[in-house]
Amino acid sequence: MNNTPVLAAGTVYGVLLNSKDEWATWAAQMNEPPYKAAPKAPVLYVKTANTWSACGAAIGVPVRAPEVEIGASLAMVIGEPAQQVNASTALQHVAGYVLVNDVSLPHASYYRPPVKYKNLDGFLGIGPRFASPAAVGDPNRLRLEVRVDGRLQHTVDLAQMRRSAAQLIADVSEFMTLRHGDVLLLGLGAQRPQARVGQRIEISAIGMPALGTLTNTLVEDAALSDAGPPQGAKAPSGGSAAHEVASVGAL
Amino acid sequence: MKHARVAYDGAIHDATEHHGRLRLADGRLVDFDAVTWLPPLAPVPWPRTVLALGLNYADHAKELAFKAPEEPLVFIKGEASLIGHRAHTVRPAGVDYMHYECELAVVIGKRAKHVKRADAYDYIAGYTVANDYAIRDYLENWYRPNLRVKNRDTCTPLGPWLVDTADVPNPMALALSTTVNGKVTQSGHTRDMIFDVPYLIEHFSSYMTLNPGDLILTGTPDGIVDCQPGDVIVTEIEGIGALVNTIRTP
Repeated sequence: MNNTPVLAAGTVYGVLLNSKDEWATWAAQMNEPPYKAAPKAPVLYVKTANTWSACGAAIGVPVRAPEVEIGASLAMVIGEPAQQVNASTALQHVAGYVLVNDVSLPHASYYRPPVKYKNLDGFLGIGPRFASPAAVGDPNRLRLEVRVDGRLQHTVDLAQMRRSAAQLIADVSEFMTLRHGDVLLLGLGAQRPQARVGQRIEISAIGMPALGTLTNTLVEDAALSDAGPPQGAKAPSGGSAAHEVASVGAL
Repeated sequence: MKHARVAYDGAIHDATEHHGRLRLADGRLVDFDAVTWLPPLAPVPWPRTVLALGLNYADHAKELAFKAPEEPLVFIKGEASLIGHRAHTVRPAGVDYMHYECELAVVIGKRAKHVKRADAYDYIAGYTVANDYAIRDYLENWYRPNLRVKNRDTCTPLGPWLVDTADVPNPMALALSTTVNGKVTQSGHTRDMIFDVPYLIEHFSSYMTLNPGDLILTGTPDGIVDCQPGDVIVTEIEGIGALVNTIRTP
């Protein structure tokens, strides 16, 4: 099951407030308006196809935004569809893993969906390598590092997620099927670093060269030619070994 | 022209409406009830963006005790929640309030980035009807409306037809209505949208590229009621179509 090829590009879902530190940052506000209660189900959002950027690609930042937020995460690419699965078997539905840079415009309220903050063209760096479950092992033992212009700015400890990779798949698949090729991000750390035009962002997982280093440079939006959709999207085929993710359309 | 996508005789077909029947791409004429209706959308090689508006009719906003938004309240759905005409939608066990939402759905026809309102209609392939079900029991105030309410399997019927833009001279002048088991429960008019279709295209394309086949579900007027297993819900938009759906248990 784990070596099921990823034949189709699917929908990319991110999750808010999954890390314990991010939760702790928000805990005091959770019972206040407009939230009025802590979230029970996973708080999901979609990173649409127009947001996908390949490793190495420049990511356009709108002139109105002095800084963007860098959200390092691990993407789980679904192989066998997951519908109401148990946590005990959920990881069998993962075909492989990819690093992502979930870029956002900073936003202070989590009340309404973050489309205008998270779905700008190019706002999801993906890649460079698709690592097999065998190469990664337990995804929650990974630590991700974010470097801005070569300086370490942030570390995300995937062991500090409220829902583990397996539990997250189980809880999401309780109400919606994760289809073959769909992607679920494992969550973001708190106090995410901000970066601005001209800076180079690198994301890697400590001790996991199979995932490679995801690199993107921030440029002024106007400097980009009209970024295209993932034309001719080719998905990675999950295999026994990690390999390059060929293009923007790789997920 | 009215386009459909159907499963028939072991394969999936593009079809068009022809005097009350379906003409398949291979020329065969078949009856409406001889096919399985799929969402009337051509496949796309990347995941379709499905934008959906909340509170885009002033009366519905009032019904839900919200003041009208100052900018579009938009959320995104996954393609996997779409199903076709005459299909069944699941009401989860143990919930108190599940309601339909009859919505004009815009299907994008060509890549749209930084489109001006005056040009917006050039980027639309056509229109169809969406029923954007919500299960209010699951509402939480985090990225609301949250996906557990709005992105469930079977909960976004779409169809039956994709009607070409040329056949809908003014999408802002269409009556909408919903019946539950034959009784009218919702009636409204697209002229009452807070943010009209050209505005929405200009607004979204100002920061995100819309691609062919992407959808904008433009929100629903007031008149929502709870739906129970066995209920037959017909969401209809003048000149676009009548989308039939039946509620079932899990």
